[in-house]
Amino acid sequence: MEHCATIPIMPVASAPAPAWDHLVRANHVHGSLYTDPAIYQEELHKIWFRTWVYVGHESEIPNPNDFAMKSIGPEPVIMTRDKSGEIHLLHNRCPHRGNRVCMTEQGNARSFTCPYHGWTFANDGDLKGYPFPSGYEGVDRRELGLGRVARVGNYRGFIFGSMAAEGSTLEEHLGAAMRSIDALCATSPEGQVEITAGFLKHKVKANWKFLVENETDGYHPSFVHASIFEVAQSGIGTLYSAESTAVSRDFGNGHTENDLRPEFRKRDVPMSWFGTTADKLPDYVTKMNAAYGEEKARTIMIDGTPHIMIFPNLFIAEIQIFVIQPLSVNETVQHVTALQFKGAPDLNRRLRQQTMGSVGPAGFLLADDAEMYERTQMGVQMRNPEWLYLGRGKHRERRDEDGFLIGDNTDEVPSRGIWRHYKSMMEAA
Amino acid sequence: MAMTPEQRTTLEDVTRFIYREARLQDEHEYDAWESLWTDDGIYWVPANGDDIDPEQQMSIIYDNRSRISLRIRQYHTGKRFSQTPQSRLRRLVSNVEILSDNGAELRVAANAMVFESQTRGDQIWASRNEYTLRREGDGFRMAFKKVMLVNNHTALYSMAFLI
Repeated sequence: MEHCATIPIMPVASAPAPAWDHLVRANHVHGSLYTDPAIYQEELHKIWFRTWVYVGHESEIPNPNDFAMKSIGPEPVIMTRDKSGEIHLLHNRCPHRGNRVCMTEQGNARSFTCPYHGWTFANDGDLKGYPFPSGYEGVDRRELGLGRVARVGNYRGFIFGSMAAEGSTLEEHLGAAMRSIDALCATSPEGQVEITAGFLKHKVKANWKFLVENETDGYHPSFVHASIFEVAQSGIGTLYSAESTAVSRDFGNGHTENDLRPEFRKRDVPMSWFGTTADKLPDYVTKMNAAYGEEKARTIMIDGTPHIMIFPNLFIAEIQIFVIQPLSVNETVQHVTALQFKGAPDLNRRLRQQTMGSVGPAGFLLADDAEMYERTQMGVQMRNPEWLYLGRGKHRERRDEDGFLIGDNTDEVPSRGIWRHYKSMMEAA
Repeated sequence: MAMTPEQRTTLEDVTRFIYREARLQDEHEYDAWESLWTDDGIYWVPANGDDIDPEQQMSIIYDNRSRISLRIRQYHTGKRFSQTPQSRLRRLVSNVEILSDNGAELRVAANAMVFESQTRGDQIWASRNEYTLRREGDGFRMAFKKVMLVNNHTALYSMAFLI
């Protein structure tokens, strides 16, 4: 009997491949990239089912046999920890008739039993047994386990999956983004991020790339978020002004950031990145000083946490993370939760409160971002012009000391970087 | 068990209060709606179930009184784009029950269904709502409102209007 994984996939009826050179240009992208269902299907195969995609955090399944329902693109994936502690990413599809084997968001289970015909799978994916086994004489059970995501990678607790058996390693894919994750972890006096507050699931009628681009678009906050900047005491506005000394950066591989540290360093006030002061978080500051020494702790507390979009779906947004999940060419879910830092309960409580205020379907910030995504999606279905213009700050693009392209914080260096990487992925065979 | 005349009157008063709240929300009468709250009001729309701990887990809305006020001030800027233009709204509130009444405060529950028409399209929101109403003078004020959306475990479109 043929192993499921080795059964060749029917070739997709081959329409002429889009001319990516034509659609993705130096300063323009074509509107159809956001609206064409055929392009979306091709993205699933060339991006979502190939590259490293963020799935979940190991703190979501801290104990042996814990599991949590996650996704890679539109496909549900069960993230499990087996009894030995190893983490697996399993496709939620019974190899028998295709039914879902897990209908629970999270829990603790040594095995999953398909309710349709009672096939039972260990939490590492192995088929443990099926009822009335005499009907399967001569069948090799080892070939009928749950599908496994080909590669699982873990960087500092952040679990990524790649459905491609071969390709660049997670470390190669992340590149300099690893340093941002390191900086994030250093915000914890114990060096660890925890994801424990549950996710808000916010759906928008828009293509996923509008979200990815917006996350490091430093041009929009002054306008889209003017309403909350006007009424709340928020120091965010100045970070994204035309005078801001913060920079936008293209790390390559589609990863981009708004590096706000120049502004925070200018302020030179610990915890200013979080809109507060050290005296409001005495326990946290004490623990940070003890963990890193006063000098290093001060640097960490001034620099703050990163604002980085790790391609294609993990947005670390200072105080929260967003996980971007495309459902179709014009429907996307952003799963969002507060970052929690191990050993920092007083900081964590404020992180939860601020996150709840800012994000999700009724959030002071995100409801307005979502509105922009949806109106833009409507807009790009129209013609004249057929193109979107990405030229902002092209004339002042420059290299930083590490050789990465940077621009002013309101420039479209990130968008251009995302599209460069996108084009290279879509052009690959 | 038959209601006493006093209970009947209370239920009528409570129902009128809830109808009024619904109308103020539908018609975006932000300030009038805000004036229904006590100074310690909590406005809560949980996510991922109805019985989560809002101090530990993410909620769609978990506003204390000052955050309710911030929400209203944000609308008034005219730049709350998710409500500019405003959603057109009409809601039905039904199944009003008084769960308890200690004289000073009542716990009240109702079901609600909201029809929303917005740039994105039309949508129906359904919920079980729980209130704590505090007697003040001749009327009530809301000290607590919890909106348990039937589909709060799923991915939701923006709902930036007052639910």
